[in-house]
Amino acid sequence: MRKHLLESLITPPVTEPAPAPDEAALAELARTVDGAARRRLGRSLAIRQVDAGSCNGCELEIHALSNPFYDLERFGLRFVASPRHADVLLVTGPVTWNMKAALERTYAATPEPKWVVAVGDCARDGGCFAGSYAIAGGVAAVLPVHLHICGCPPSPTQLLRALLALLTHPAHKLAQ
Amino acid sequence: MTTDQPHSSLAALLASGAPVTGHRPWPRCLVDRPAWQLASAQLAAGHWTLLGLWGEPDLVHLALLAEAEGTIGVLSLACPDQRYPSIGQTHPPALRLERALRDLSGLVPEGLPDRRPWLDHGSWPVSQPLAAAPGPPAPAAAPYPFLPVEGEGLHQIPVGPVHAGIIEPGHFRFTAHGETVVRLEERLGYVHKGIERLLAGADLAGAAKLAGRVSGDSVVAYGLAFAQAAEAALSLTVPPRAQRLRGLMAELERLANHFGDIGAICNDASFALMHAHCGMLRERVLRLAETCFGHRLMRDCVVPGGVAADLKGTGVQALRALLAEIEARFGPLIELYDNTASLLDRTVGTGILKPALARLYGAGGYVGRASGRGFDARKLPGYPPYDGLSFDVPVLDAGDVNARVWIRIREVQASLGLIEQLLAELPVGPIAAPLPAALAAGEGMALVEGFRGDVLVWLRLGADGRVLRCHLRDPSWFQWPLLEAVIEGNIVADFPLCNKSFNCSYSGHDL
Ligand code: SF4
Repeated sequence: MRKHLLESLITPPVTEPAPAPDEAALAELARTVDGAARRRLGRSLAIRQVDAGSCNGCELEIHALSNPFYDLERFGLRFVASPRHADVLLVTGPVTWNMKAALERTYAATPEPKWVVAVGDCARDGGCFAGSYAIAGGVAAVLPVHLHICGCPPSPTQLLRALLALLTHPAHKLAQ
Repeated sequence: MTTDQPHSSLAALLASGAPVTGHRPWPRCLVDRPAWQLASAQLAAGHWTLLGLWGEPDLVHLALLAEAEGTIGVLSLACPDQRYPSIGQTHPPALRLERALRDLSGLVPEGLPDRRPWLDHGSWPVSQPLAAAPGPPAPAAAPYPFLPVEGEGLHQIPVGPVHAGIIEPGHFRFTAHGETVVRLEERLGYVHKGIERLLAGADLAGAAKLAGRVSGDSVVAYGLAFAQAAEAALSLTVPPRAQRLRGLMAELERLANHFGDIGAICNDASFALMHAHCGMLRERVLRLAETCFGHRLMRDCVVPGGVAADLKGTGVQALRALLAEIEARFGPLIELYDNTASLLDRTVGTGILKPALARLYGAGGYVGRASGRGFDARKLPGYPPYDGLSFDVPVLDAGDVNARVWIRIREVQASLGLIEQLLAELPVGPIAAPLPAALAAGEGMALVEGFRGDVLVWLRLGADGRVLRCHLRDPSWFQWPLLEAVIEGNIVADFPLCNKSFNCSYSGHDL
């Protein structure tokens, strides 16, 4: 144990420099977020992740955001256990009919102002599960979505770039 | 087995039925009710293992394994009146499969006492979506009746479907006495996506994509299982290079998942250091997968006929470098795990799965192997490239969280050895066999060892090469019920630890 701790003291961190915020994400946020809510973005945000029907691939990459390479928390973004503590709902998967009510209740339990980020190709429009009797659709079929992150699954870098766009003050972006 | 006992062997029972031509590589036979019931009795007596149970509008299929004789086969029973004798009434591992089959196809398991739906939560716009004529939606969902638990001083703790962490949704109903769990009952089906219905009518390429998205942590395992079933149905031979590349992908997937799991289990015992280090190893493996095959999770890399992407130029070198790095880093981590008393205090003796239960349920993967069941589909039935490689399948008897961690540790070491062997002899040549110009009707089946256990895929192709019916059975079907058993008598606070050590797939199960 001591050896491991000592080693951590003398070796440089593996954490990588922050990537640039995603331009497309900034543009989408500028469209979907307005007024008072925009002023609140750009600060530290608490994220509640909700799997609304995913294959669990998106979850794996969201998990990876917390590993030492990406270290999401250094940006003031952190995952919280309850929607009541959350500013952002990070929703994955096509929304299954069996999860629709739970997703709606989670949204209702999240205090305003709140933003919804739909992660993965499934969350956009149902992906390759679209048209199934068991699928209500993408996340936007159930909740207002402010930001989409594509990919199957999106890589941690793609996720990070899009989430950093949430921290880049959209008002500042608009003023440019 | 003596010959005067008719059908005491699975091979003999299969031979007594009417063989279905064009089902490969193992036999499928149409049987009558007595033969079906005999199989049921053999399962209940623990002689055979249930591999799967699924249906079609007027047909029910039972996939069986007789490990001692090394036989695998499928029994099919016609049920024109939509009824069949329940296997689950005497062999509990079939219970949820039969409840799911009733929800999806409307086939009624005669004699099954549990009449509650399983996957159908009453919110779909149809009922019995896989039946010849799907019905109107199930009546508005009444509260799901959990099994009663009675006694003094008991209280219930409902958890989910939305959990506190970044995990898949499912509902756990704990009944506790003080801190001790008296019973856990699971309710699953929340992420049911209707994949089997989407598969019906899909072309091979589309179906392979869907099959690879059943459980995101087992992209390669599902891709491989579907591809092998399709290749069996089409009598297609995969070129040697593709077989070896598939082996590389499968072992990389196993490594990534085992690293993730070992770290996450330790994290649930509040030992974050292991989590961080294992997380780095996992990330290295995923980045290498991207370097070698173009995608971190190797999405759509296995296709019917072979693989979609050849190992990139620098791949062999990069793989060798990774092996060296893991060897250097993993040893000290194992030592750290083994020398941290506060961590072992949480994992040793926690969540014990008795070997008899593991055997009865045919529990695959680390769940089975930590409880004395050494089954590994890479050995039996075995498939390329593993038939030409040497590797040990670790088995322990303790059945606790610690044993499930150790099985993973040993499997990491075995995977490193396998990758080394695969790299040592990587033949040059094509990476995929072309699909036949005129696709033909046929049936195929495959059993593939994913990191979690054996994945079964059964497939029927039509004359136009489109999928008529495809069934995918995740190893979690036979592991989820065991989680209910192992938590009994443990404290509620140890549930996350037990749950992580099982790491069942919700999506793979819910389908
Ligand atoms: S987008 Fe891809 S990885 Fe994410 S849930 Fe859908 S199928 Fe899985």
